[in-house]
Amino acid sequence: MKTRYSYGGDEHIFVEMDEEMSLEAFFKALFITNAVRDAKIKGVTEICPANASMQIKFDPDVIKPADMLAELKKLENVAEKAEPVIKTRIIEIPVYYNDPWTHETLMRFRERHQDPKSTDIEYAARINNLDGPDGFIKAHSSSPWFVSMVGFVAGLPFLYQMVERKRQIEAPKYLRPRTDTPKLTVGHGGCFGCIYSVRGAGGYQMFGITPMPIYDPNQKISYLRDFMCLFKPGDIVKWKPIDRTQYDATVADVDAGKFTPLMKNVTFSLDEFHKDIDACNRKLNEVLHG
Amino acid sequence: MVKVLKPGLSTTVQDLGRPGYYNIGIPLSGGMDRLATRAANMLVGNDEGAAVLEAVFMGPELEFTADAMVAVTGAELPPKVDGAARETWTSFAVKKGQVLSFEFLKKGARAYIAISGGIDVPVVLGSRSTYTLGALGGFKGRKLEAGDELPVGSGKSVKEGRSIPANLRRVNGNPAELRMVPGLYWHRITETAGKHFFEDIWKVAPEADRIGYRFKGGRPLEFVPRTPPFGAGSDPSNIVDACYPYGSIQVPGGTEPIVLHRDAVSGGGYFMVGTVISADMDLIGQLQPHTPARFVSVDLEGALKAREEREAHLHKVRASLS
Repeated sequence: MKTRYSYGGDEHIFVEMDEEMSLEAFFKALFITNAVRDAKIKGVTEICPANASMQIKFDPDVIKPADMLAELKKLENVAEKAEPVIKTRIIEIPVYYNDPWTHETLMRFRERHQDPKSTDIEYAARINNLDGPDGFIKAHSSSPWFVSMVGFVAGLPFLYQMVERKRQIEAPKYLRPRTDTPKLTVGHGGCFGCIYSVRGAGGYQMFGITPMPIYDPNQKISYLRDFMCLFKPGDIVKWKPIDRTQYDATVADVDAGKFTPLMKNVTFSLDEFHKDIDACNRKLNEVLHG
Repeated sequence: MVKVLKPGLSTTVQDLGRPGYYNIGIPLSGGMDRLATRAANMLVGNDEGAAVLEAVFMGPELEFTADAMVAVTGAELPPKVDGAARETWTSFAVKKGQVLSFEFLKKGARAYIAISGGIDVPVVLGSRSTYTLGALGGFKGRKLEAGDELPVGSGKSVKEGRSIPANLRRVNGNPAELRMVPGLYWHRITETAGKHFFEDIWKVAPEADRIGYRFKGGRPLEFVPRTPPFGAGSDPSNIVDACYPYGSIQVPGGTEPIVLHRDAVSGGGYFMVGTVISADMDLIGQLQPHTPARFVSVDLEGALKAREEREAHLHKVRASLS
């Protein structure tokens, strides 16, 4: 990993930890972000972690760009020495795979897809050597995923699968982006999963839909009353496959204000994870259901 | 209160924006032409950061239920009160029961309509600005519709006919020149491609809105060959999804540059060649589709100098009214 700094005009500094994605790069970005936040540098207006990079926005009338850059480099040294352990949350997200709404949408945009003759999930199963949609759903939902970035649009999580690289699901984005994606679609592009927080354009493959809102600008949904976006970088997500009956029941519960997401606090150590990935993931699952 | 009789094409409530939430994908929002937003407010005696209406290409038709002072700045979108012409960049009175409407657009793209007291919609995350994609802030999180009733705050009394001198109203050049600092992923394109990028005359594409402005017509950019980094995607213009600075210029597929603006998507997987300097962002909001434009390379020193000049300009606008 080699850190690269670049000015983004006169108001931003962009820091790339690595060209390629890895949990190491993500943790470093997260730690620099935290260090910058803790340092409370005057003039800094936005501190944004991303998958393998981070960015700050600042007011150059308050702090000169060169001074800002020097501060960041100092904080990079602090972040590098930090032990890769975080206190975070694990959240269960119910997913209705192969649902009728994403299916209707993907059929409407078939000519923009690599493989117009299959559905997104059939295509992704095939190129990842998985045994059809069922095999795909199993691979997708059996390991946890890291929220490695929140953004694109309000509250949208990018998710990084917590398995060895050779087992990670990879799928290209659509050849040309769609102009429509149902709200709460569970998607995938490159090595990243996502949940579309709002309806709109998108280029990720579509595998299913969750009944659980993750963004509520009106803050009426019980678990989004404190803040309108559910996810923070560093959260861990575990998918739970559900069927139509469970989907409808959860939607009704959300509307009635009776739904509470399954969510637990957990400590995650990157070293322990690398020592034995399956054991670490089993432990996370126990915390979630314990 | 102000009643919306006709909404215009895409009229939204905007102030100076909602900083601080870009890390979770909520953009800055606020008027795309910040100088015009401030100036409109100054003319009617509001705080510079009060909420105004941003009208794109076409003005709304508004009925006033109370007396107010109004000013229209930014694009040359001539206002009328009960059909009688009024000046832009100049405060004028609208009486209870009168209707404010607009002539066709003469110049620019976005007009800012300030009403004394400001548009008093609820403050959400520190701002009254509308972020339509996220249905957040402004009037019910969306552009105005016929029948909407906009709450207006109580204003200070100011004189009619306060005006900002013509030499302080900023005009776009032809072609418009957008100064930018090369950087971010500039190294992904070849030296020749970099040269072409600045030589070519681009045109504003029809896909130009508050999220971003797309440009067409320049030569496609040639990439430096590489093995795709894990997680980036196979297209040479792909990167591992990263943050997009406000003003950053991404070029998906190397063909059509997009400059992200106030309602920017906060991140994504396309490489960026650099960032338009803060001093030139207002100008972008006033470009109509098909307007010729070129990118001009400046270094950080140049960007900071332009920023100072911009600040000096704002001081002159303030001084002209005091």
